[in-house]
Amino acid sequence: MIPSSFTYKRAGSAEEACDLAAEYGEDAKFLAGGHSLLPLMKLRLAAPGVIIDLGGLRDLSYVTDQGSYIAIGALTRHHDVQHSDLLAREVPLLAHAAGQVGDPQVRHRGTIGGSVAHADPASDLPAVLLALDATLVARGADSTREIPIGEFFQSLFETALEPGELLTEIRVPKPAGAGWSFQKFTQRAIDWAIVGVAAQGGRVALVSMGGTPLRAAAVEAALAGGASPAEAAEHAAEGTSAASDIRASREYREHLARVLVSRALTESAARA
Amino acid sequence: MKVDLTVNGRQITADVEDRMLLVHLLRDVADLTATNIGCDTTSCGACTVLLDGESVKSCTVLAAQASGHEVTTVEGLASNGTMHPVQQAFHEEHGLQCGFCTPGMVMAIVSLLRENPHPTEEQVRTGLEGNLCRCTGYHNIVRAALAAAEVSS
Repeated sequence: MIPSSFTYKRAGSAEEACDLAAEYGEDAKFLAGGHSLLPLMKLRLAAPGVIIDLGGLRDLSYVTDQGSYIAIGALTRHHDVQHSDLLAREVPLLAHAAGQVGDPQVRHRGTIGGSVAHADPASDLPAVLLALDATLVARGADSTREIPIGEFFQSLFETALEPGELLTEIRVPKPAGAGWSFQKFTQRAIDWAIVGVAAQGGRVALVSMGGTPLRAAAVEAALAGGASPAEAAEHAAEGTSAASDIRASREYREHLARVLVSRALTESAARA
Repeated sequence: MKVDLTVNGRQITADVEDRMLLVHLLRDVADLTATNIGCDTTSCGACTVLLDGESVKSCTVLAAQASGHEVTTVEGLASNGTMHPVQQAFHEEHGLQCGFCTPGMVMAIVSLLRENPHPTEEQVRTGLEGNLCRCTGYHNIVRAALAAAEVSS
């Protein structure tokens, strides 16, 4: 399978990437590691006329300590997030979850920014970053702005990024020792999660339980009200809209969400 | 578009379609046909090669993305007629049945051992989660990886 025809442009800098995006408009797509976009293009589910390759933007690959938060360049690969000593120490949930994305080959190419900007509700890291209450930094043609992750995911594959805006950095507040857990239920190791759960302290986020990654608000409210992990987990499917597809029915996903949230909260409590 | 990359130490310059995948460049332009196309959907790992020394699935990399970089296929592992330790270990441990997944398995293990020269059996098994063997011959593949690590240490 090969994608339909497109014009390939390689950006040498973030500025050039934004200029190219402005020049080609809605017909252009940014390509980071390509492990979400290229498969869609091969299946003809996406057919951009212009691909702007960000792979050369090495200056957007970094993990740095900014005091109250960790700054992660959008082009940082899953492999580098997984093996970051700084993240292992300060935000172990993120380092651990990055190591659960796809397989080693995928982690050598896929990037954290690409995963977030792609906004697939079945991807691991968007939900993890929701649980971590991250802030995203986007660069447009004229300005740079910060977007709270809670406002970022709008619908399936739709984000708050404006046309031509480039996600450049992910800022993750240091969770200060609160417990954490990441649960991912798959048929094969390399599959997307049928359901996934990320928990950090009192925040809980779900993978594959709706059109976007989402916070398990009813679980969080129950926890805040003093419920036990088992009691709070009973609320895991409330407010969700999981799909039925070839891998699982909606009812099965709702069941899994309750089971996995219970496991996540128990593990998180043990780590706190 | 023009792509210019190093494959197994050889400079490859070619004029290709912008949409050409790396695996097609390797097989159809560089004439290196050991790298197999299996699932074509980033799942099976048969097309695994090294890009700048790290395992990637060449069905999910554009030839254009690899331009300016260094690619190694299984044909590039042996030196002066001597098999690479991972190849030798596959031979000795009978790490293959039909052989279709073998080039990808070997390259995935070369990459794995570069990152972790002394893996446990568990680490080998999780490290190979991106490679499928349609004969289900995993046991000897894992033994070959462990044997290669032993020889290289």
